[in-house]
Amino acid sequence: MSTILDVTVLAGDGFSGVVKKGQTMRMIDLEGNQAADTLLYNAHDFTDRYSAVDTITAQGNIYLTKGTKLMSQNGNVLMTITEDLCGRHDTLGGACSQESNMVRYDIGKRYMHACRQTFLKYGLAAGLDKRDIAHNINFFMNVPVTPEGKLTFEDGLSAPGKYLDLYANMDTLVLISNCPQLNNPCNAYNPTPIRLVVTE
Amino acid sequence: MSETILWEDLLHGGQTWSHVLEPGMALRLTDTEGGANVSALFYNALQPEERYNMPDTLKAQHIARLTKGFVLYSDMGRILCSITDDSVGWHDPIGGTLTAAQVESKYGEKPYQQYRNDWTQASKEGLLLELAKYGLGSRDLTPTLNLFSKVQVDETGAMKYIPGNSKAEDFVELRAEMKVLILLSANHHAMEPGGAYAPKPVKVTVKRVPPPGPDDICRVSRPENGRGFELTARCCR
Repeated sequence: MSTILDVTVLAGDGFSGVVKKGQTMRMIDLEGNQAADTLLYNAHDFTDRYSAVDTITAQGNIYLTKGTKLMSQNGNVLMTITEDLCGRHDTLGGACSQESNMVRYDIGKRYMHACRQTFLKYGLAAGLDKRDIAHNINFFMNVPVTPEGKLTFEDGLSAPGKYLDLYANMDTLVLISNCPQLNNPCNAYNPTPIRLVVTE
Repeated sequence: MSETILWEDLLHGGQTWSHVLEPGMALRLTDTEGGANVSALFYNALQPEERYNMPDTLKAQHIARLTKGFVLYSDMGRILCSITDDSVGWHDPIGGTLTAAQVESKYGEKPYQQYRNDWTQASKEGLLLELAKYGLGSRDLTPTLNLFSKVQVDETGAMKYIPGNSKAEDFVELRAEMKVLILLSANHHAMEPGGAYAPKPVKVTVKRVPPPGPDDICRVSRPENGRGFELTARCCR
């Protein structure tokens, strides 16, 4: 096994890069309780992109964990979660944005850094634009839904050093925002770095 | 100002439909026979890069179902439509959109050559054609709001389609809060178990309605929605 990439993504920063078919990306929550907002694209056709609803309906469960196939909008498997020390990841909570922060917290919060700024910055550089920013995965984040149809943001189940492995079933562009949100407990009010290690 | 019915239309089962609604207009959908599903998409008609955002809608209102008093948020922190009336109680935002592959595997194919306009159609492919009429395409596709349908999530996260959610004459009413492009597909829900392909018709009633007042049920349902209406009024009314 050889290491292709080993990078630390700082709190509030982002990442984009292609994980080639057959390679595995390990995502490590270095300090615990850090939401890693993630989008995936077929590296050769960006319209064939990660779809949250196709992923959860394909497995009949809203939580992502070991064994989850991360599905594209066209019904293809982009990546598979092959190891998961955390146990549950969210894909219904979406990414924070300056605009949604105005609604959720206060109209005066627009100045605060947000995930969709990072998605745009790294996405534009990779050849994407706003129309390509679909609904993401929140690795290490816990967003339970109740049988009554309520949705809540709970303390994360993650802890320092917990990680998951993402096996690439096809060449996949991975776009990450290491969430800078300071208005809710998704990062324990203290955004911290994550580490990405790609091996083959 | 009272309500006026502008016009009515009937969606055949399997049909897609679209229209631009102005602020001050509302769309009432009636499940005439019971058991209908309508998969819906929403865009700012003046700038369609702004579109319905399912996660923003859910997390701003802390819900995974939609009913009277809730609103549909765009990705820009504004309200596309609000749900001003509803006899159903649960509309599904997470259960996906019926695809041609699902139609074929669950219902088999009924070709046009034999069945004419009772042929098998799929919501996703139909909505992509409808989007193309406005210069939009697969990059613009979002999860649909599945009106009249219910998908319940248990403590383990398992998703379950609940049949019989909507009865004959049940209705839901969506009020436009900006100039909004609405696309509809009246077809089976993606998580229905299968059986006979028999999507139900839906009556569409377009009305002129009063603007939302200070005590509007959607505006006052949550402080988030008060801010959402304020941000929408700044740009779109």
